[in-house]
Amino acid sequence: MEQFDVIVVGAGPAGSAAALTLARRGFSTLLVERGRSPGAKGMFGGRIYAWPFAELLPEWAKDCPIERRVVRENLAFLTDDASLGISFDAPKMAQGRGASFTALRAKFDAWFAKKAQDAGAVLVTGIRVDDLWREDGRVRGVFVAPNDRVVSDLVVIAEGATSTLVRKAGLKADLEPREVSVGVKETVELPAETIQERFGLSETEGAAYVFAGSASLGLRGGGFLYTNRASVSLGLVVSSEDLSRKKVEIQEIQTKFRMHPAVQRLIRGGKVVEYSAHLVPELGAGMMPRLSGDGVLVVGDAAGFLINNGYTFRGVDLAIASGVAAGEAAEAARAAGGMTAANLKAYERFLHRRNVLTDLERFRRAPLYLKKDRLFNVYPRMLMEIAERMYTVDGSGKERLFDVVLDEAASAGVPKLKMLLDLLQGARSM
Amino acid sequence: MTDGGTAGRPRRIVVCIKQVPRAQELQVDPVTQTLKRVGVPSEINPPDANALEMALQLKDRLGTEIVVLSMGPTSFDESLERAVAMGADRSVLLTDRILGGSDTVPTAYALSETIQKIGGYDLLLCGEETTDASTGHVGPGIAGHLDLPQITYVSEIRIVDGKVRARRTAEDGTEWWGTTMPCLCTVNFGCNRPREPTLTGKIRVKRGGLVTHWSCADVGIDPKKVGLFNSPTIVAKVDTVRLPSRSGQIFSGEPGASVRKLLASLVADRVIAA
Repeated sequence: MEQFDVIVVGAGPAGSAAALTLARRGFSTLLVERGRSPGAKGMFGGRIYAWPFAELLPEWAKDCPIERRVVRENLAFLTDDASLGISFDAPKMAQGRGASFTALRAKFDAWFAKKAQDAGAVLVTGIRVDDLWREDGRVRGVFVAPNDRVVSDLVVIAEGATSTLVRKAGLKADLEPREVSVGVKETVELPAETIQERFGLSETEGAAYVFAGSASLGLRGGGFLYTNRASVSLGLVVSSEDLSRKKVEIQEIQTKFRMHPAVQRLIRGGKVVEYSAHLVPELGAGMMPRLSGDGVLVVGDAAGFLINNGYTFRGVDLAIASGVAAGEAAEAARAAGGMTAANLKAYERFLHRRNVLTDLERFRRAPLYLKKDRLFNVYPRMLMEIAERMYTVDGSGKERLFDVVLDEAASAGVPKLKMLLDLLQGARSM
Repeated sequence: MTDGGTAGRPRRIVVCIKQVPRAQELQVDPVTQTLKRVGVPSEINPPDANALEMALQLKDRLGTEIVVLSMGPTSFDESLERAVAMGADRSVLLTDRILGGSDTVPTAYALSETIQKIGGYDLLLCGEETTDASTGHVGPGIAGHLDLPQITYVSEIRIVDGKVRARRTAEDGTEWWGTTMPCLCTVNFGCNRPREPTLTGKIRVKRGGLVTHWSCADVGIDPKKVGLFNSPTIVAKVDTVRLPSRSGQIFSGEPGASVRKLLASLVADRVIAA
């Protein structure tokens, strides 16, 4: 029977980071991926915050398949036909520890898994792990078929948002609709020159957009757009609870979003070449499974490591950081005498060291705040009405801005005190 | 249908496979009328995959060593590795530039020499034919070179008293044949469902050392008997069948009269004789 020190299930960013860290620390490591190749089944918004590489792969930028480095952040509120936007232009953001870049998973995941292989991990693709293998009440490897199991001292679950192993390990109950959103994404092909011209970017620069308001047809959620080299990633994340309650198909929302004038302007003439959908863990710290057990650790989306505070969506960076932390925890546990639940508790310490758990805790209330309907229905429309009255000069008598705001606030139908409270809560939770 | 116990089982089975372009993804170049092979994903020739599965089932039942053999460029490693990941014990690739352009005559010769070098075989299995050339020559050719009994178009094999019993597909039914080992069987396309590679199998491949490359010199193959210039087949011309465009016509009305009109029309178009 084949045997490894550690088996990592899933060669996405979390799994490859774990396998790379483990292999470097001298663990014989097996990295198992369900897709034909790493990234073949991967799905995400389109942007990666690069900070975890500073420590893990300082030379990452040399060969990492970066599409574009993000130099401009945009936030746009949409109503049915209008938009109100904020644009933050900062070339400095493309450099240093705070850098982020756009990427395509098929390329990025393949590159990252190769780094793990180069460090000595054994990568096997095209195999779906059905269950964990248990002996004496502890996890002792993975089970694929009756005559096809591989044993190990530790299994790292890096299966992504819909992980079945986390449930089978007894670390978490079934997903609840309120815990997940549905993410959809279209890859829209556009010539690189068109992207540069249209978005005002150089060959290496990229832009990121967050859309709020009617992007999600009033359902809780939002839209995003990232520029790749010769395509844009255009998508939505919408509350699955709302989708089922209001009986709306997400494709319908995506089509309306794509046809919105403010979005059309950006993707005009482009061709949709890829469509993907995925569940997005939405409650962050509020839905985390137990992160460790006897012979098992959970990393990345499988652990619910995702932060959506309304203006930044983070997943891949937390996945990578958690993979590294898992590798360090394994080393600490080995030094302490074995992969027991008690020794693997060290994982949480290493997560805190990278602010993964800290950030998740800090934004714990953001998902609840972002669940308020008013945020997606009432306020964007109100902002738009204010903007319209601010900028309209038609000789019918101009009002002072302050009066406009008060007037619009009154006609929005939300008590002023509640509005003030929303504003305060928003500032505190985001 | 059962075997007669593990006594007299084949000690070693050699399965010959070829890597072919995946048929569903092949396209004909509209200008040159030839097959576009570049960039088309490959697979184990499907009848060869059935031969491999038949060998693996014998291994499951009786226990035996399976050696997979192929001849071609090193890109064939992909299929040989897949065969090992499915459960074969090891594989051999005969690879040499001087083999380029060989037709079925030198191929059968070169493979038979390689099989002799592998040695120790009791059973040789080949697919009935390849999906990219469809000659069905190579299996019988190997049997000829090695002077072995052969059973072609086999869909089932049992081992009874150290002998092979094989069900052979004939035009109007099936026949059961028996022969002594060593022998060669060519296996029917679609007679079983080839298994998927296992995790354990894929790990064995990654650990390495299970795909051996041999050159003609390694095997002792006579260079004067292989390659394009020693292949008697000449491809004089390749034609693409162009399907005639159809002109739909509906004959309605009284059935008898409609049928007469249809027949007259088919005769007029020379689809059928008068």
